[in-house]
Order: sequence, then structure tokens, then C-alpha cells
Amino acid sequence: MSGVRVLVGTRKGAFVLTSDERREKWDVKGPMFAGWEIYHLKGSPADPNRLYASQGTGWFGQLIQRSDDGGRTWEPMGNEFGYEGVSRTHQWYDGTPHPWEFARVWHLEPSLTDPDTVYAGVEDAALFRSSDGAKTWEELPALRDHDSAPSWQPGAGGMCLHTIVLDPVKPERIFVAISAAGVFRTDDTGKTWRPVNRGLQSEGIPDSDAQVGHCVHRIAMHQSRPEVMFMQKHWDVMRSDDAGESWREVSGNLPSDFGFPIEVHAHEPETIYVVPIKSDSEHFPPDGKLRVYRSRTGGNEWEALTNGLPQENCYVNVLRDAMAVDSLDSCGVYFGTTGGQVYASADAGDNWAPIVRDLPAVMSVEAQTLS
Amino acid sequence: MIRVVLPAHLRTLARVDGEVSLHIEGPATQRSVLDALEAGYPMLHGTIRDHDTQKRRAFLRFFACGEDLSHEPPDAPLPDAVAKGSEPFMVVGAMAGG
Repeated sequence: MSGVRVLVGTRKGAFVLTSDERREKWDVKGPMFAGWEIYHLKGSPADPNRLYASQGTGWFGQLIQRSDDGGRTWEPMGNEFGYEGVSRTHQWYDGTPHPWEFARVWHLEPSLTDPDTVYAGVEDAALFRSSDGAKTWEELPALRDHDSAPSWQPGAGGMCLHTIVLDPVKPERIFVAISAAGVFRTDDTGKTWRPVNRGLQSEGIPDSDAQVGHCVHRIAMHQSRPEVMFMQKHWDVMRSDDAGESWREVSGNLPSDFGFPIEVHAHEPETIYVVPIKSDSEHFPPDGKLRVYRSRTGGNEWEALTNGLPQENCYVNVLRDAMAVDSLDSCGVYFGTTGGQVYASADAGDNWAPIVRDLPAVMSVEAQTLS
Repeated sequence: MIRVVLPAHLRTLARVDGEVSLHIEGPATQRSVLDALEAGYPMLHGTIRDHDTQKRRAFLRFFACGEDLSHEPPDAPLPDAVAKGSEPFMVVGAMAGG
């Protein structure tokens, strides 16, 4: 029997939610690592029982945990993220050069083919890779060698590398997104990188269409069509049909084009999901109505999905890593809120129900389809 | 033997109940105690001292014999009572945040 495992990272621990393919009744396990911030946990596509988790607190720093049994047991792994090479600087909030300082792991992206290979996106922005199941980590330093790196600046949440997208067709191609620098792409497994932000317009920077400096919140692709990318920028929902070489806005009729997550339907590459948020200072849904918006046309034309979601007095946020889809025949969509709710839809967003309502603030949601 | 008291989260991480007992070669100092602690419990690497600088993490404190030793040099001798095991060396999570 097939089923789904939803991995939830929260401000105070991790939770594992499981269901059969009907996705009506859920078993909730957790909190795991109670009291610790779990920025992200994700399973290996090559071995669904291999999970990686980013665990940390301001008191005790960064830990990485690994499970080889689908989250029943965990082992602490290597947690040393040493920047390579000579000391370098990026730009601090006051415009002065500031040395790179490791703060935390925002995102873990397991290899599509090797359970022992996993990438980590960290703050201050850099990309690390482990090839031994997270025992040891090495930086892919060429990203910070880019000429623009000394000008990168932190966003309000820190200068984080928060999104890693692995190309399923060209294994040497990797996309990363950094707040607030933008999207970078390598076509040689990290030996060289270049920014791919042409077409982005950001009013919050002095040169609105600069090569770098954009606060990209999240990028996503459909596995069957890796040339097509979707982006939720600070403001604006964007699309690229040429692997990031150029972007165009597809915000269309959204009530707000500010937001954090963006996801693609598992079986329909032109069906995408966003959660509009009112503004960058009012991090809650417009009009107090929690609405997922779906486009079946790859953007521009959007419909509100509201069945089962609170339509009054709702003032939660949905963070960038807190939305995911499963790949069952009827695509499931999941998202978590800063209010601790995890909502699920077993019918591609038409109807929603909470799996749990009162977790700590949700920071990440990932879905695994189990056979 | 040196007795070390860890905060609850680090006891969970290290999978120990109560105090940790360590055998130290040479003088008992913050550095020698923490080196021995990390050697015995490798999962604690980086959680008490920064990997690179080896400095105490900002929100942790070191107490012993009713004194705050957090700002003592890492190679300064610990109190005799700690070295003899009659008093524990305490790693304490600062009361900060929620």
C-alpha cells in the first residue's frame, strides 16, 4: 500500500506525519529534538528511509542529524562547516566589509541518486556538500569566488543560501538562491557559477535590474522539465523558460505578489502554487484569509483555493520551505504556518484539512511518497 | 575523576543521564576538561565551543564551586575541588530567550 510521510521542521522540534494514500487519517510522531530549531529536514529521493535534518539553537549551535529508518531513530553527524580559502568579506548592513561567519544550515538537499551525498545551504551564504552521509562537509567555494560576492548583502533574515535545486537531466547543473543576492547556476558541478537573474526587477535596490542584489525567496522546477523555473521573489512571481537565463513576471491576478514558497504540481508542470502574503512588513495573508493560489497555466491566471482554510481572522505566515507536494496519482499539497498548523490537500488543492493545528511555528514541510 | 554537569539538551544529545565522569591527564583546566569531554562524546563538538575559534559559545556559562568561571583563561587551573572530583564543573545554558 502506498502512503505519504510529511516531514515538518518547527521552531521547537521535528515532527513526522504519516498516512496511507487516502490521506485522511494521520499518525503524528514528535517532537523529535524537542526544544531545538529544525530549519529543514528532507529525505533522499534515492532511499526514502534516509533523512537528513538541520538542528540548532543559539545556545548550542548547529547540528546535523541523520536517520536511516524513516525518522524512527536518528544519529548526530558532522557539524563542522568551515569556509574554504582565504578570509573574504561581504557587505554588512552599514555598507562595510564583513567577514563570512557561519550561523546555521537553512536547507538540506539530498542528491537525486546517491543517499550519501547531500548539499547544505548555509548562512552566511555558501554551499556545502557531504559525500559520506553527512559525516564530513566541504564547501563548494567557487560560489563565493564570484566577482559579485563582496557586494552581497544580508536580507532581514540574514544572508542565507536557502534554496538548492538539482537538475535531474544535467547532474552537473545546480541552482542556488541567496537572500539577498539572487539565483546562481553552475553547469560544472560547482567549479564555476554565474548569476542568472536577468529580467528580475526589484524596487528595493538602487539599480532595479542589477545582476545581483535581488531578494529571491524560493525557486522551483518540475522534474520532467528542468528548463522551466518558477520563482517567488520578495515581490513578484516569476518564470523562466530557459533555465534562469531570463525571467518574466507571471504574478497576473494575484491579490499580492509578495510571498515565500512556490511549488509545482507533481504531474502537471504548468500547475503551480503560491501563498500570497500582504506585504514585506505585514507578514500575513491579505484580508485575514488564508488562500493558496493555483495557476494551471504556468502563471498569470490564478485561482484562490479556500475550501477548508480559515477565511477570517487568520494572520499567520507560510515560510519559504514550508510547502511541498507528494506524487500520488491525485497530487497532494501540504503547507505549514507560523501558527503551527499543517494543512493537507489530497486533491491538488481543491479541498484542505489540517493534519495538526497546534505545533510550534512551522519552518519547513517536505513530503515523501512511499510505495 | 572530573565530574561534569551538562545542560539537559546536551545530556540528551550525548545520551547520558546525570553527571559525566572524565579522567584527565595533567592539570584540570577548562581546555583539558572540554577536550576530554569532546573526545568521549564526539557529538558535543561545536556545541560548547566554536569549531574554529574554540571559544565558549556566547549563551553558555561555566560554573564551579559557586563561582562563574566563564571568563577565566581556558588554561587556568580549575579549583582543587573540581580537580579532586568533590565539586562538579558545570556547563550551564544562559537564561536567555524562550
